[in-house]
Amino acid sequence: MSIAIHFTDVIKKYGDTTVIPGLSLKIKKGEFFTLLGPSGCGKTTLLRMVAGFNSIEGGEIHFDDKVVNELAPQHRNIGMVFQNYAIFPHMTVKQNVAFGLKNKKLPKDEIEKRVDDILEVVQISQFKDTLPENLSGGQQQRIALARAIVIEPDVLLMDEPLSNLDAKLRVEMREAIKSIQRKVGITTIYVTHDQEEAMAVSDRIAVMKSGEIQQVGTPKEIYQRPENIFVASFIGRTNVLERQINRREDGSYRLHMDPSYHVSIKDIVWSKETNQETMMAKLSVRPEEFIIDDDESGMEGTILTSSFLGMNTHYLVELGDGEHVEIIQESILGDYLPAGTLVKLRIKKEKINVFDHNTERTMLGGRSK
Amino acid sequence: MINQGKKRDVWTTITLGILIIYGLVLIYPLFILFKESFVSGDRGTFSLEHFYKFFEKKYYYGALFNSLKVTVAVTISTVILATPLAYIMTTFKIKGKLFLQILILISSMAPPFIGAYSWILLMGRNGVVTNFMKDIFHINTPDIYGFTGILLVLTLQLTPLVYMYLMGALKGVDSSLLEAAESMGYTGINKMLRVVLPLIVPTLLAGSLLVFMRALADFGTPMLIGEGFKTMPVLIFNEFISEMGGDDGFAAAISVIVVVLALFVFLVQKYISNRKSFSMNALRPIKAKQEKGFKNVLAHIYVYGFIGLAILPQVYVIYTAFLKTSGRIFVKGYSLDSFRVAFDRAGDALVNTFTLGLIALFFVVLIAILIGYVTVRRRNILTNGLDIMSMVPYIVPGSVLGIALLLGFNNKPLMLSGTATIIIIAFVIRRLPYTIRSSAAIIHQINPSIEEASASLGASNLKTFFKVTLPMMLPGVISGAILSWVTIISELSTSILLYTAHTKTMTISIYTEVIRGNYGIAAALATILIFITIISLLIFFKLTGRKEVSL
Repeated sequence: MSIAIHFTDVIKKYGDTTVIPGLSLKIKKGEFFTLLGPSGCGKTTLLRMVAGFNSIEGGEIHFDDKVVNELAPQHRNIGMVFQNYAIFPHMTVKQNVAFGLKNKKLPKDEIEKRVDDILEVVQISQFKDTLPENLSGGQQQRIALARAIVIEPDVLLMDEPLSNLDAKLRVEMREAIKSIQRKVGITTIYVTHDQEEAMAVSDRIAVMKSGEIQQVGTPKEIYQRPENIFVASFIGRTNVLERQINRREDGSYRLHMDPSYHVSIKDIVWSKETNQETMMAKLSVRPEEFIIDDDESGMEGTILTSSFLGMNTHYLVELGDGEHVEIIQESILGDYLPAGTLVKLRIKKEKINVFDHNTERTMLGGRSK
Repeated sequence: MINQGKKRDVWTTITLGILIIYGLVLIYPLFILFKESFVSGDRGTFSLEHFYKFFEKKYYYGALFNSLKVTVAVTISTVILATPLAYIMTTFKIKGKLFLQILILISSMAPPFIGAYSWILLMGRNGVVTNFMKDIFHINTPDIYGFTGILLVLTLQLTPLVYMYLMGALKGVDSSLLEAAESMGYTGINKMLRVVLPLIVPTLLAGSLLVFMRALADFGTPMLIGEGFKTMPVLIFNEFISEMGGDDGFAAAISVIVVVLALFVFLVQKYISNRKSFSMNALRPIKAKQEKGFKNVLAHIYVYGFIGLAILPQVYVIYTAFLKTSGRIFVKGYSLDSFRVAFDRAGDALVNTFTLGLIALFFVVLIAILIGYVTVRRRNILTNGLDIMSMVPYIVPGSVLGIALLLGFNNKPLMLSGTATIIIIAFVIRRLPYTIRSSAAIIHQINPSIEEASASLGASNLKTFFKVTLPMMLPGVISGAILSWVTIISELSTSILLYTAHTKTMTISIYTEVIRGNYGIAAALATILIFITIISLLIFFKLTGRKEVSL
């Protein structure tokens, strides 16, 4: 049984410090929802408020129609997976997984069956009677996952569950977590600071900073159409350039990339307060959104360093006015461009994002997201 | 940490319960003691006459100076002896290190007065060493009685405490710090003084506070070896027990003075160590190195010399237990007679030691686990209060606590004096501060998320504690319990005031036999006690796989 979770104006304070100043959010039933943000952004705090380990100083958290603010963790019917696994070291794998079921006073054979089933799902049946200290990190995390979902919770909460694993295992486990979640169909809130991991597993992601949500969207939306400069630079890598933009009579807009290179773009929402025809904007151009050409029009630049990284080649380029930009190109068979080469840079204008210089919020509108 | 707003859970009830018990068996008696010290013996009204009396006669206030003199001297000499000992044991490869560490522990665990009594046998007026030196070399050995004797006995007894503290701290010093010092040209003694010593200063302060409190409170040693050199605990005991009818009020006033002194030192130490505290964690602890030549020899001489001296009294006591006696004096030949008489005369004491000790141990462990848990996991005003209250016995000497309990529970409805209960209460209160510390340390090592996992799986707070937290604590709790047991069975200064014929323990029997001059029987009893201690410690080592002990 799965539920929707609604946050309305939720506030968290530690003494006089407000950590979450008022947050509203709707998580859909059965959704794999991720809270993503740098450390200290309040994502774990929020998760623990859902679990009941942190008190709520204002607003309400609803599980479907029920307010859970004052409900003890024991009575919330949640499954939780912790960063350090929090496996009971004195119990075997089976006892760990059966712990929550025994609490529910289920008949013995029912417990036996459900434990066996779930161990099958997370693929650790062969370790049933082993003590956890003899298992690897990945296997311990599978126990933790099995233990959390075997009780058929209304919501599954995961707090950076993969951060203690090595890189390779992390990729393997996130695939496992995703497929198990799909199979069980349980509403899941997942906390991570690793954006690649977030993109890989989530249906939707909330990007957080200083206790506030910056953007909620699918992985594709937040990568390709970030709401603001913070999201653009936190998710993936990007170059932020300050450029003049002006409105033209035909309703299109011109970006002055370089004295000799202008780009025409559409679908800009021109701020109503300004009557000016020209204003400054911040552009987010991701490294793969540059095209390097040596003869055609484009911004002039000089290659400072070039690194061959296999699939891609990375360049650091100095523009005419001294700005540095990062560029990623698919590696070619021939020689890559050496440092010192003069190049012309063009941008993939459909892909870049334009932000208001002051508010740092997106100026793109109307275009399909 | 589980935070459920202002809601109360079962732990609040437990905290309140323990607070009430503490209030009744500790705070109430101490309050009565305090009150008595300000009440005139004749008129029953408020008066400072006891304090005037104390500061008027040199006989009384001299004891305060004696106590201070001994305590400060002991504290300084333990620090001076223990620091090189711990440094050498950490950085040098010493032959038979494991065995030596066990010996150090054993030497510190037996009651100090056994050491005192043994030194009298060795170096006293009719001591073996004294006579030997006089007969063969015609040399008069220095007088062992009085200040010298107390200093010798307590220093040898308490140095291991500081040593064990320091070994713990040195484990936290990363070897890269020493390597960095060496790379900058600090080697040998310079390295120790400029780099290592500052790192272990906070630990030295903590260790010396413990030594100060123990030395200040020790009753058996000055009683046996002090002779004319009276210290405060001896004075308190004499005034209270005095054959001409003890003076409760005056004894209470002396007690208050001792407690005030202890409290003052405690606060000063806290103030200094708070400003000097930092935490260390070594990824690569210092490894012992094989040294060569002169340095190596010197290190071995120091370590073996100290440990030999520290363990000597106990070895000698065990030896004399097997000597033949005629009346009160040892004669040529060996026999088990002393043991036979000891079992005959003090069989009850053996039984009492076990029953009273085990009952006390049960409560010590139970309460320590509960207090340790609430002070770590449920930090609030109540548990802070409990934390502070449980530390009070740390600064209240055993003899003061004994008098407080007697004064507090001398009347109905709480007529406890003369019962086994009052002795058990004393044991529990005196041991708790240490056991609470160790159980809190164990809980600190358990990640709170393990308990949260249990709660998220629907387990109640109590169920989480009994099914998850307690089983995880158990190995640490058991080893802590063994150490508590060892200290409980060697307790003297409180039980000497509280015992009756029915509640006499081993330590009291040994003490009374020594006082009566039945050295053979005393030695036999002491031997039994030492063996119980050694066996308990061996079980401890076996169980924990450790070679050291943190108190």
